[in-house]
Amino acid sequence: MYEGAVQDLIDELGRLPGVGPKSAQRIAFHLLQADPDDVKRLVEALTEVKQRVRFCQTCGNVAEAEQCRICADARRDRTSICVVEEPKDVVAIERTREFKGRYHVLGGAISPIDGIGPEDLRMTELMSRLASGEVTEIIIATDPNLEGEATASYLARLLRPMGLRVTRLASGLPVGGDLEYADEVTLGRAFEGRRLIDV
Amino acid sequence: MPLYRDEGIVLRTQKLGEADRIVTLLLRSRGKVRAVGKGVRRTRSRFGARLEPGMLVDVQCYEGRSLDTVTQAESLASWGEAIARDYATYTAAAAMLETADRLTEEHEPTLQQFLLLSGALRSMAERAHDPGLVLDAYLLRALAVAGWAPSFHDCARCGAPGPHRAFHVASGGTVCSVCRPPGSASPAPETLALLAALLAGEWVVADASDVRHRREGSGLTTAFLQWHLERGVRSFRLVEREQPPGRPPARSALGTAG
Ligand SMILES: [Zn+2]
Ligand SMILES: [Zn+2]
Repeated sequence: MYEGAVQDLIDELGRLPGVGPKSAQRIAFHLLQADPDDVKRLVEALTEVKQRVRFCQTCGNVAEAEQCRICADARRDRTSICVVEEPKDVVAIERTREFKGRYHVLGGAISPIDGIGPEDLRMTELMSRLASGEVTEIIIATDPNLEGEATASYLARLLRPMGLRVTRLASGLPVGGDLEYADEVTLGRAFEGRRLIDV
Repeated sequence: MPLYRDEGIVLRTQKLGEADRIVTLLLRSRGKVRAVGKGVRRTRSRFGARLEPGMLVDVQCYEGRSLDTVTQAESLASWGEAIARDYATYTAAAAMLETADRLTEEHEPTLQQFLLLSGALRSMAERAHDPGLVLDAYLLRALAVAGWAPSFHDCARCGAPGPHRAFHVASGGTVCSVCRPPGSASPAPETLALLAALLAGEWVVADASDVRHRREGSGLTTAFLQWHLERGVRSFRLVEREQPPGRPPARSALGTAG
């Protein structure tokens, strides 16, 4: 244990995802010895992101205005929505340049053991986006793992009676991984090879 | 560090750091262990796909001080995939996996719990019976293996031969009119017959049961399980049960008081 401010910093860093106690300590001492201007820039970046960045009112992606860059872009196809778990998945799919429609970010996947059910995700918001009838295809791009698959099953059961074309990213995506780790070529191929979901 | 090989069912996975997972396994001969799967969240991982909940795997691990580490995993049955394709089955399977995790202790071998869970998962993946019935049969038998077999015929308190009408969770099941504590439930006789059939594995009786009795039976089963576990099983909140046609879901008196 260190004294006061140093320990506080280590504790705060240790709460970040993927940062263990040893890394937290290493980062804290790095900051302690770093140039004051470097630290100031980091503090400003953190303050800025919490002040300026929010979540898109339409799709739930990160945004700097009421709507994100993609929802605000009039050139994007309004007939298809790609459903993903997290904003980082939007970034991964955008890198492939395969998809011209818009997104819907659920904020996670259904996970009974973690107490996360459909009502804890942005399902209602998705339903209300479909009310106008403009959207004709939903591409479900949840992670290719058990929770992602189950979330896709739930969505398909909900959406198919509405007469929509519901497809799932398929070929080439190995089960068990996170979508964000898929490379562009594999993810792009998965878009081309998407399959209709049978429920 | 000692290396071992065993057959196991993945009960749950938790993210660890950037790309690793902590995998909770119920092993055939070693009981429950927690092991790290390194890099399994990367899509190029050699065995990430085999370490998903509900999978039956042949694993090789080396023992660690607090956590073991998975070095190899071969898939023996990917029940998880078949289960996730149907949402109602998925929620029932999730409740089984969480219950198995809660009923077992790390490093305490329990072949019976392993066989019970693998049988129930296979049955769900093959859509052999209604997933809600498979779940309840599993829960009743897992409780029985843990030493808490419920009674559905004789009095759970004095042993007076049944059938009895009253059911009291805290007393251990059906109770005679003398032993009956206040707050006991009075389930339909058919419900008690269904629960007895599920515990005994008489699937012909169970498959032919009425939706109303299935609902009442799952309420009693869940109450029974929750009574024996310190904390509630979170997954039960999402389990989808068949609804009797034209009837709003109602909460029945479960008799957990006392
Ligand atoms: Zn948006
Ligand atoms: Zn009695």
